[in-house]
Parts: sequence; C-alpha cells; structure tokens
Amino acid sequence: VADAEEKKIATNDAPEKPAPAGYYEGETMTRRTAFAVAGQAAGGLAVMVVALPAVAFAVAPIFDSPEESWEGVGPLDDFSPDTYRQAVITIVDGIGESGKTTVYVRQGNPEINPDESPDEYVAISTRCAHLGCPVRFVSAASTFICPCHGGVYDFEGQVIGGPPVRPLDRFQTRIVGDQLEIGPRYSVTSDLEPVRARDPGEFTGGIWEYLYPPRPSTAPPP
Amino acid sequence: MPKLPIPQALRKPSKPGVGNGAGPMDKAKHAPADLVGWVDERTGATGFLTGMLFRKVPKGTNWFYTLGSATLFAFVVQALTGVFLAMYYTPSATEAYASITYLTNEVFMGEFVRGMHKWGASVMIILIFLHMGRTFFFGAYKYPRELNWVIGVVLLILTLVMGLTGYLLPFDQRSFWATIVANNITATGPIAGPYLADFLRAGAEFEATTIARFYAIHMLAVPGLIIALIVAHLYLVVKLGTTAPPWLRAESKPKSLREEKVG
Repeated sequence: VADAEEKKIATNDAPEKPAPAGYYEGETMTRRTAFAVAGQAAGGLAVMVVALPAVAFAVAPIFDSPEESWEGVGPLDDFSPDTYRQAVITIVDGIGESGKTTVYVRQGNPEINPDESPDEYVAISTRCAHLGCPVRFVSAASTFICPCHGGVYDFEGQVIGGPPVRPLDRFQTRIVGDQLEIGPRYSVTSDLEPVRARDPGEFTGGIWEYLYPPRPSTAPPP
Repeated sequence: MPKLPIPQALRKPSKPGVGNGAGPMDKAKHAPADLVGWVDERTGATGFLTGMLFRKVPKGTNWFYTLGSATLFAFVVQALTGVFLAMYYTPSATEAYASITYLTNEVFMGEFVRGMHKWGASVMIILIFLHMGRTFFFGAYKYPRELNWVIGVVLLILTLVMGLTGYLLPFDQRSFWATIVANNITATGPIAGPYLADFLRAGAEFEATTIARFYAIHMLAVPGLIIALIVAHLYLVVKLGTTAPPWLRAESKPKSLREEKVG
C-alpha cells in the first residue's frame, strides 16, 4: 500500500499531461467515440428495420401451413380392387394446368396387402420418389414407371428398380355419401407406414430420415 | 495537285500563330478537347482510364487472355437482351407461356432477341469455364490472386444460378419438369435442403408465386450481385496485373536473378 502511495505522489509531482481532447472529468469515453458508437448503432438499426421484414417476407412460405383441401373424384363404383384408375385433382389453386396432378386410385384389396380392407381406397401419387417426375401406371406390367431416370415401382408403389429412395407417396382418401374424395398428400416408409409428406429424394426410414426434418408447409400424416 | 473544292471549315487547320484562332470555327474545332478537359478537371478520369487501359501486360500475353473479356461481353449481351425480353414477359403460371410464344412469334425480331438470350446463356457458361480453365492451367490463381479466384468461383456459381432460374421462365413442359427436378435435388440436401426447396418454391408444391420468385431472382437479385462482383473482379485484375504464361517464366528467371545481384 505504501508503495502505491509513493507512486501516486510521484505521478502528482510529475508535470501534468494535458487531458485528451473531448474528455470531461471522470469520463471513460470521449464524445467522439460515443457519437461513433451511437451512429453505428443507429445505422445498424435502420438496416435491420428494412432487412428483417424483407427477409421474413421472402421466407414466410416455409412456415405457412396449407389449408386441408378435399376434392371429389367420382362414385365409389368407378374404382376396382384389381387395377388403378386415373383421376386428376388440383393441388394448387389458381395456376391452371400446372396446379393439377394425376392420381392413381383403386379400392383396398386384402389379397394384395392384408392390412387393406375393401372399405378403404388407395390413392397413389404420380410424383416419382426420386426427383419428382410424373410416373405412369403400366397395366400390362402392373408397375409404375418413371420416364426421367428409370424408377420402377410395383403395384403397391414399392420400389423395385431404379434410383428412388422410398415408395410412391399417397393421398388421404375419404368417402362422402357414395363419392370418393382425395385429400392431402403423405409419404410412406418402406413398410407403407404413413409419415408426413416429404419431397422426392428424401428418405423415410432408417437413420437417414433424420436428415430431413418435418416441414410446417406439409400436412400431418393420417 | 489541283485545289479541291473543300469548304474552308474542313480544310487543314492553320498553323499555330497563324490567324487569330478566335473565330467561331476555330472555337468549334477545340470543343471536343475542351469538353474532355472539362470532365477530366472535375473527375480525374483520364488518370484512372489511362492507368486501366494502358497498363503493362507481361510478355507472352495471348488470345487465351481474352476469355475473361469474352465472358464479360456475353454477360452484357445477356443483360441487354434480358431487359428487352422483360418488356413482353409475364411472370405468371397462367400467362408466362403465352407471353413467350407471343414475343417469339409476333413481336418484330422477338425470335432473334430471345434466341440471343437463350443461346447466349450457353455461350456464357462455356466461356466462363474456358476462362476458369485458362486461369487454372496458367497458374494465375496463385499468390497474390487467390481472392480473385474466389470471387471468380462465386461468379461461376451465380452464373449457374442464372441458368437454373432462367430455365423455368419460358414455362413449357421442359421448363416445368426441369425446375421440379432441380427443386427436388435441392430438397435432398441434409437438414436445410427441405426448407431451401420450400423457400425456392414458396411452398410445398409448385406454387402460384414460384415463377415470380424465380423471375425476381433471375432478373434482379443475381444480376445485381454479378455486376458488383465483376467490378471487384476487374479491380483486382487491374490492381494486381496479369500473369505471364507459365512457359515464359522459367526462361526469364536466371537473367533477372543475375541482374538483381549486379544491381
């Protein structure tokens, strides 16, 4: 302590240094620094006020969940358990033909899959599970074939050839009176278990599915 | 020689000190020089321009060194034709194809302008890769030009983004399905992929605003970035100079080393 006292005295004796310009007594920051910091902060705030709403505006659709829409595709008698029948539904409104998609519909068939009952209907999406090209059902071969990269699916939509990573997506179905209605899309695992709809090319099983988190823009699975 | 009937004003100017030099014709003759001088006095542009245009280039500079300028020219062609295409194009899923067929078939020279934009896109991609190859094989990416290489790679990626987003705009079957596939490839990226695809499409499916989104990226966002980066790219080229072809360097090295020693 004594040492420090001595030093203090020594500095007091030394010729006084002129205080730096802009300092008032007891200040830790010059006015110039204070104004610079305040100016930068105000500028940053002004940028944020413009940039944040703009970015939010652009990314908003990611968090937008769509309304569940159901569309009638005809009387139940139209659909047989042995083969598919094409139906066209609108998945996006207001953009004409590009908002429509073809769906392959059949009646449930316990002979093909014991989990199915004749009271339910299966609607297979034509969106290939590889990269989204439109598959078509070839009744002679009883398979779905994709024209783009050669994906092949069996009668139930399970992959039997080519690059797709999971079975074909499906659409929810419901019966209203004697009419069949088709609802939101869902994806399936390789055991045909429903999961939330994923984009083509994304896995629905194994550890890989954790690479593709669920998106708010898709409907929950049935 | 017989005297030609040339008007007085167009004849060879009189020697300095001959005539008074104050007539209107004499003044008019000096107008261009005066104008350049007026601008130069206020901007200092000639110093910058002569430094840029008359900079020294190394021995051995050859035609391969024009690939960068050629890419720039291709970009300028794309920018100009793009502005004119935008005058007729409608970025909407229901009207895009009709507007494209109209501008191709009905508008005077429309097919030509659209053709320049369409084929120019491929030309620009080819040129940018050739330019990159030149830079790589001549070792021109090495110190102190690494940053310019990085800027160049970003420009390459942005050019590919231009190709991708522009491909959708004619909105024919090929455009539509190619964009579906490209979006789904984006979606297969781990963790961020699905959200990025949703961002590009503005939703989970091909949506009503997808074309407008691609159009905004194609004609506003990315071109702005490209122009800014081209300015930076050129600044560094002028600042750092170009490299000699690799086959010349080995030859001149021993000589310059000896000169240094003597000096």
